[in-house]
Amino acid sequence: MKRLFSIIIIIVFSQFQYLNAIADSDGEVEVSSKENNNKEVKDCFESVNRGIFAFNQGLDKIIFKPLSKGYRKLPQPVRSGTSNVLSNLGNVVTIPNNILQGQIKDAGINSFRLIVNSTLGIAGIFDVASYYGLKKRDKEDYGQTFGTWGVGEGCYFVLPVLGPTTVRDSVGSLVNVLGGDAWYNVTVANDTQYFNEADYYLSRVTSGIDFRAKNLESFNSLEKTSIDLYASIRSLYLQDRQRKIKNIDEETETMSDDDWEEID
Amino acid sequence: MKRLKLVLVIFISFLLNSLSHAKDPSELINGIVNEAALILKSTDPVESKIIKLNDIAERSVDISGIGMYALGKHKKSMSEDEKTKYKKLFKSYFLKSFSSRLVDYTDPKINVVSQKKINEKYTIVNSILEATSKRPQVKIDWRIYTKNPDKPLIRDLIVEGLSLARTQKEEFNSIIQNNDGNINSLFKTLEEFLIK
Repeated sequence: MKRLFSIIIIIVFSQFQYLNAIADSDGEVEVSSKENNNKEVKDCFESVNRGIFAFNQGLDKIIFKPLSKGYRKLPQPVRSGTSNVLSNLGNVVTIPNNILQGQIKDAGINSFRLIVNSTLGIAGIFDVASYYGLKKRDKEDYGQTFGTWGVGEGCYFVLPVLGPTTVRDSVGSLVNVLGGDAWYNVTVANDTQYFNEADYYLSRVTSGIDFRAKNLESFNSLEKTSIDLYASIRSLYLQDRQRKIKNIDEETETMSDDDWEEID
Repeated sequence: MKRLKLVLVIFISFLLNSLSHAKDPSELINGIVNEAALILKSTDPVESKIIKLNDIAERSVDISGIGMYALGKHKKSMSEDEKTKYKKLFKSYFLKSFSSRLVDYTDPKINVVSQKKINEKYTIVNSILEATSKRPQVKIDWRIYTKNPDKPLIRDLIVEGLSLARTQKEEFNSIIQNNDGNINSLFKTLEEFLIK
């Protein structure tokens, strides 16, 4: 039971950024995904997903959004320091995934960053590594690693509280609790003198709130202008995952002209 | 020989003239960003700001092109009347959505950093929306349609790698698909948005 609770908490806050919702509609919708060789991502049980999305949206409204607004009121150095600590902790998942994806140089840089920032940067509060020219790299997770290995997304679905995901990304999140996340291992999985479970959960919750606070305006704008918020979030989630798997910073799928050819 | 020279001079001056009118995509973005920043910074009433912002959009965005793109596969099954109705509705929807997104920003600072010509029709302009104390910096790429070099037009905004045009397309597709492919469901949703 305790283990199940841990798993839920982990996935919640690793996918927190996509909390949002609206209800209604039925059936199964296919979302195009040209990056994936024109395969389509199926939105399995869409009507159920929309209901869950509405529930998540409610939670966001009464819990996460107010918390994020409060977090925003903290002084900028406090928020930056918090963000740096969380980002530094994230390296313990990114590094093994760098290796699994064959990004040996990035794995080396991230390892140096982790060591330098954890020591000279006082537990990651200060990004000293960037000062020494070790610039921050993109985060990697097990879902992305599966993607780079050619594993398809599987169904798109929405989990209560956890938000949008795909079968592949959910399995990726489970790897974290099966030994793939060193921070989880030293806090929850094993009893150590230095950390306990609360540290882990606090870091996950804070990470979600930090992300939500950075994106308050973007979410407000999306809510205000979207005519089908559920579909918008689904599209953004899938685009974001594709971009991360391809490790492309500047270009997206729409850079492929195929999408636009037909209207020229 | 004199006649040949004259023809050559006319040809070269025509060429230079047309080149001088070709607008650089980065220049287009810099221009509209500066213009929009002045409007947003001003003390004008919101309604006046919206009118001015919409004017910029009508001049620099290929609203009709984005509208047709957003229809995706459904445009093939539409009648001419439906297309005319859709274009009108989409334009109003786009302008309302565009200005209401922007009007919340008071002083956005966007710096163009580079541009990359993909082919004769498209150039991508890369820019950065500077960080504020509330949010980190945001990468914004602009997809510029350059088929007519004298009048480049914006066709997409890619925010941190996420295409707004594609999101719009999938949103519209979802509405139509969930209503048994009935295009009128999209018209109804757009109309409801406009009277909100």
